[in-house]
Amino acid sequence: MKFAVIQFPGTNCEIDTAYILKDLLEQEADIIWHMQDDLSSYDLVILPGGSSYGDYLRTGALAKFSPIIEAIKKHAEQGKLVLGICNGFQILTEIGLLPGAFMKNQNLKFIGDDLFFKVINNSTPFTSSYSKEQILKLPVAHLEGNYYIDSDQLKELQAQNRIVLRYCNSQGLCSEQANPNGSVDNIAAVLNERGNVLGMMPHPERMAEEILGGQDGLGFFQSILEYHKERKEQ
Amino acid sequence: MSKTAWQEMGLTDSEYARILELMGRQPTLPELGMFAAMWSEHCSYKTSKPVLSLFPTEGPRVLQGPGENAGVIDIGDNIAVAFKVESHNHPTAIEPFQGAATGVGGIIRDVFTMGARPIAALNSLRFGDLKLDRTRYLLNGAVEGIAFYGNTIGVPTVAGETWFNPSYNGNPLVNAMCVGIIEDGKIFKGVAKGKGNTLMAVGAKTGRDGIHGATFASEEISEDTESKRPAVQVGDPFTEKLLLEACLELMQSDAVVGIQDMGAAGLTSSSCEMASRGESGIDFDVTLVPQREEGMTPYEILLSESQERMLVAVHKGREDEVFKIFEKWELDAAIIGTITDDNLVTVRENGEIVAQIPSRFLTDEAPVYYNEAKRPEYLDQAEKFDPMTLPEPADYTQALIKLLQSDNICSKEWVYRHFDTTVGTSSVIRPGSDAAVLRLKNSRKGLAMCLDCNSRYVYLNPFEGGKIAVAESARNVVCSGAEPVAITNCLNFGNPDKPEVFYTFKQAVTGMAEACRALDTPVTGGNVSLYNESPDGAVYPTPTVGMMGVLEDIDQATTSAFKNTGDLIYLIGQSQDELGASEYLANAFELNTGRVPKLDLAKEKQVQKTVLRAIREKLIKAAHDCSEGGLAVALSEMAVQADLGFKVELNDPWRSDVSLFGESQSRIIVSLGKEQEEELLNLLKETGVEYSKLGEVTPQEVTIFHQGKEIVKTSSQELSQAWKEALPWIMKNN
Repeated sequence: MKFAVIQFPGTNCEIDTAYILKDLLEQEADIIWHMQDDLSSYDLVILPGGSSYGDYLRTGALAKFSPIIEAIKKHAEQGKLVLGICNGFQILTEIGLLPGAFMKNQNLKFIGDDLFFKVINNSTPFTSSYSKEQILKLPVAHLEGNYYIDSDQLKELQAQNRIVLRYCNSQGLCSEQANPNGSVDNIAAVLNERGNVLGMMPHPERMAEEILGGQDGLGFFQSILEYHKERKEQ
Repeated sequence: MSKTAWQEMGLTDSEYARILELMGRQPTLPELGMFAAMWSEHCSYKTSKPVLSLFPTEGPRVLQGPGENAGVIDIGDNIAVAFKVESHNHPTAIEPFQGAATGVGGIIRDVFTMGARPIAALNSLRFGDLKLDRTRYLLNGAVEGIAFYGNTIGVPTVAGETWFNPSYNGNPLVNAMCVGIIEDGKIFKGVAKGKGNTLMAVGAKTGRDGIHGATFASEEISEDTESKRPAVQVGDPFTEKLLLEACLELMQSDAVVGIQDMGAAGLTSSSCEMASRGESGIDFDVTLVPQREEGMTPYEILLSESQERMLVAVHKGREDEVFKIFEKWELDAAIIGTITDDNLVTVRENGEIVAQIPSRFLTDEAPVYYNEAKRPEYLDQAEKFDPMTLPEPADYTQALIKLLQSDNICSKEWVYRHFDTTVGTSSVIRPGSDAAVLRLKNSRKGLAMCLDCNSRYVYLNPFEGGKIAVAESARNVVCSGAEPVAITNCLNFGNPDKPEVFYTFKQAVTGMAEACRALDTPVTGGNVSLYNESPDGAVYPTPTVGMMGVLEDIDQATTSAFKNTGDLIYLIGQSQDELGASEYLANAFELNTGRVPKLDLAKEKQVQKTVLRAIREKLIKAAHDCSEGGLAVALSEMAVQADLGFKVELNDPWRSDVSLFGESQSRIIVSLGKEQEEELLNLLKETGVEYSKLGEVTPQEVTIFHQGKEIVKTSSQELSQAWKEALPWIMKNN
């Protein structure tokens, strides 16, 4: 499977993400500079974490104007998979591939910690290797992780089962206390309507090896590979 | 009497006379500014140099010792590690956010200038009394500044220390360290040579910020320091990220002759030092330097400390490669001059010479001072103090809980939760253990690192304190499974013109040097920060030690947390009748006095070697250095991090407060499975190290017996609450 990992000025998780894909999962992965405008040879596009354009103006707001954005939109329109992690998620909301917007964390402080997440929807191309309601421990590292969406759109997300992960405590309770940043409905990952674009705040690439504290993040990549394999066989 | 121009710039009358003598004429204003910056303590080390020569700087692993942008060591497998620590104290004292942020930016630049990709950042933070609003304001600002810079640029902050004492009320210390790796064997240096080669300024544009920052760093903080706010630089981690990538990309080619960060004293120091190291001359025009403000004078351009800028010497004819790469990263690059062979630093404005100085006048000819040293009287009083004149605590459980809540011992999670500790996917042991451990993606090896100093010891006994600073940081990396290999240090002291301050400086360095020799950890560089004084007096002498350790196999990474119920607990090393200079005395009696624990370097080495062997032979599961707060605190930390308890029996003959809270050196607590006991005992007997069996790990309950009597009874949960909640509570409720 061939992955494109997009690099904007200020992106800083592209090497980590490509490492998982290439060294751990033995897939083809290229780091693609944002000035390129063709992604047609790739099966999946990942927008990794970081601080594109220094997070100036709003996270993701400036990346929106990069030439690569049109290619990402085209890729999504073709029904191919797009995964946005952290800053990648923020960019996906800015370019309209995902609903909602991000604000600063409620306490206005950066959070760098391992948190718990509940798998709400495991019937997506990104989460099929997890069980429903499985509790995952994954690192977060963000200052603007406070996900906002209005109540009509929230109802739509809920009705269409498009909330993929929610913040929870170690027991799986999605309580206000377990919400680290003020996100509406403890939302931590969201799917688009067509089901081929996922945005997530935690960093799965940072929890994919035992030596780094666990492998709870590996399932996202394994699900994608499984999905691709099945589609190929069809 | 009003100050003369040179006095305003921080030069003494005799230094000015020396300039007249060297130049044989009156210097121009830009020339005077260049002398003032280059002859400042910050750039010239004029008072510290004679003392620094005591440090051992060579060893089989050292590829680059002091004098470059960062030290470099060889760790095998074709991997070199560049690392350095630097202070940003004075900027933080008046503008904590930018002061601390640019401290991080500066040290990251120092490391990638060597051709290394930064993989980890560490920091040592020292602030005043936490009960003061000002202290909390400064701490908050500094922590957010570090987070802002480090998180944005994507270098994980993996370890550090946060320490409070009223001596830092007016002059906090922020020391930032960075570690980077070089995998292709190409080390770059700050050198300009080869007549006709091109000098280029790359990165951010030059503005008026930070003018005379180096001079500002070389004087005491006073009431008019607030007016020096413009001398604080402003950081832009986004630009630095671009600069980092652009420089590393440029270094893939062989177009670069030499490269240097425009840090303290900006264009002046980078150009002079590059020319001086290359034994060449340099000729450039300030009007060609990309500027972000209009109407800047040559003086301002020469002394601006605008961040995120580099000076690069490029082989003639290869300039287009530089332009192309910097254009891709949307950064400025400009040809500003050429390398000459006349050994002069020639500065022009629109072609006309405005300054011309032989480069060695600014570097080699800088004055060197042999200051007077006088032993401060308080040292004798500290030696004489007898803690046994103090009452014992009525309730040892409560005394332990109170100590776990104290500012210097409580969990620092509040601080490091602000930091991205996991970017780079290499952080095997993150903040909170004895040292951080990073894996290397192309090797079985790992790196352990910590940044440490107990400045109370150095204050009360500079020589022993200096020794302990090195030994303890080595012990920390040993507890993490690594062999200590080299150090960088940041020497934060008061005004060296005061004989008592200079005495502590000299003694501390002498002690550190002795420990470095004994432990085979040469000094590869660092930074001296003097004049850390406010109207209230000098800070505690604080020689922060950044220790690098190498793990032969990353699987040997060991944390300080207990692992399983029923595991045995051993103490390697031995407790002495030593309660002086302890955190307990400071916490229970507000006493910063007493005799500092003795450190026997031969014993220290034996303890470290034994524990490292035990880890390598997989005989122990956890190891923790016994430091501030003594045995009782060390055991508690091992327990609360694992959510487990312990039951121990101490049988030393001392009073219980000495036994529990005394800070005798060269002690490491380890835990192991019962099945490992016999083999561990064989090893302990073989090495001849002193040891004792303390007890075992329990599910929750915490019990300490001393001389057969139960003196502490509580639970891990209660200790955990005290230890974890103290700092968030203070920061939130005041």
